[in-house]
Amino acid sequence: MNSPAPGGVRVEVRGLRRSYEGQAVLQGLDFEVEAGEIFVVMGPSGSGKTVLLKHLIGLERPDAGEIRIGGRSIDTPDFMEQCRLAMVFQSGALLNSLTVAENVGLYLTEHRLKPPGEIAEIVRGKLAQVGLEGQENRYPAELSGGMKKRVAIARALVIEPQLMLYDEPTSELDPQMAVVIGEEICNLNRRIGVTSIVVSHDRDMAFGIADRIAVMHEGQIRTMGTPAEVRGCRDPLIADFLSASFKNIRKESAL
Amino acid sequence: MFHSLGEMLVLFGRALRALPLSWRHRRKIFEQLFEIGNASLLMACVLSLFIGAVLALQTGPILAERGLASYIGRMVGISMCKELAPVMMSILIAGRIGSAMAAEIGSMAVYQEIDALRTMNIDPVHYLVLPRVAAISLALPVLVIFAILTGWVGGAVVSSLNPDIGVSFKAFFNDLRSIVGFQEIVNGLAKSFVFAVIIGVVSCHQGFQTMGGPRGIGRSVTKAVVNSIVLILILDYYLTRFLMYFES
Repeated sequence: MNSPAPGGVRVEVRGLRRSYEGQAVLQGLDFEVEAGEIFVVMGPSGSGKTVLLKHLIGLERPDAGEIRIGGRSIDTPDFMEQCRLAMVFQSGALLNSLTVAENVGLYLTEHRLKPPGEIAEIVRGKLAQVGLEGQENRYPAELSGGMKKRVAIARALVIEPQLMLYDEPTSELDPQMAVVIGEEICNLNRRIGVTSIVVSHDRDMAFGIADRIAVMHEGQIRTMGTPAEVRGCRDPLIADFLSASFKNIRKESAL
Repeated sequence: MFHSLGEMLVLFGRALRALPLSWRHRRKIFEQLFEIGNASLLMACVLSLFIGAVLALQTGPILAERGLASYIGRMVGISMCKELAPVMMSILIAGRIGSAMAAEIGSMAVYQEIDALRTMNIDPVHYLVLPRVAAISLALPVLVIFAILTGWVGGAVVSSLNPDIGVSFKAFFNDLRSIVGFQEIVNGLAKSFVFAVIIGVVSCHQGFQTMGGPRGIGRSVTKAVVNSIVLILILDYYLTRFLMYFES
């Protein structure tokens, strides 16, 4: 962990299946994400996007299939020691009993990777990267939704990840803050070459930052490709999902 | 039920294996110790003062009627240190500290904080369970010592002030000393140590099992307290039987 992140890692998912109480949530997913790529997974609620992320980071175990990150199966016993992964949760998932600085430095403190003075320095640096200088001593409850998301990103950055997973990074944010977070994801990708997998409903952000997009529906990938390819997809389900808007609601209800 | 018991035993085993890491987590252990002591010491003392007083008040006149008033010291002394202080303090701590543990860990589970720890390769058993179980196992026997002492004082005060009993402070403690020795006190402390481990493991386990938002947290807290108390009372009988072998 002491050395800087050597760029991103390739992710391969093969035949991933998972059911909860007899209900299939992931139905045989197959895809690859290249090292350093920003890969956005879209789809309606309940299509299995977050469950996919939880499998990628090892919080859930599949019923069948395999996930390989950087060429190694995530079932390898010392995988988490060898490969650095980080996840930014939808809620931020900051530890409410710790200050912002303690949250951001938690990985280094708990694994005793640096002396306290150096950790404080790193924390300041990471918070500055996400535009939160001087917020070290505040508690998560005192922060806005956007600030919490940025603290969560700073906490993930401390790990110097090779793979970053984002779960709905722009949910509950105003449009301006959503753009800031989107820019931050792109900046990180440029700066440290991290592979990023982003789960989002936010079409603007997805088409703005993605190298490739996958659209999920009922536990399967319905289409996958570059933003232009996905936009041009003729599948009516995808077209409906991407073109859903409030525009005609008032006219239709007037009729 | 057996599934939960199995899970608790596994959790206890994992906490036990993590015991050599206690020094590394000393700050968190001290924080928990402070929390337990701060929240419970005064209440423990007040509670046991009155338990000792009531015990003397109820049994003293009956003993006096039969000319056995001078035995009130051993009666209160042995009851407090072998049974009442360990069991009552454990029930108090299950209510005050066990519920707080279940609520805190439950809230962390619901709001994905425990998942966040796992993604950072931080073992939640090392980070959350070890400090809590270690702290409660240290704190409860200390609280029980205070409870025993204040319980004795409560009994002695009532015995000396109540004209139906009429045993002086000095006579009370002389009689108490004649029967209560080091072994009796260790007996009570051993019980409280086991009860502390039960409260810690049951409460942390319930916290980890929490699902479904604030209602789920409430359910976990209730289960943690009820299960702890039930296990304490059941195990109290078997522990008493077990410890009796050493006395004989």
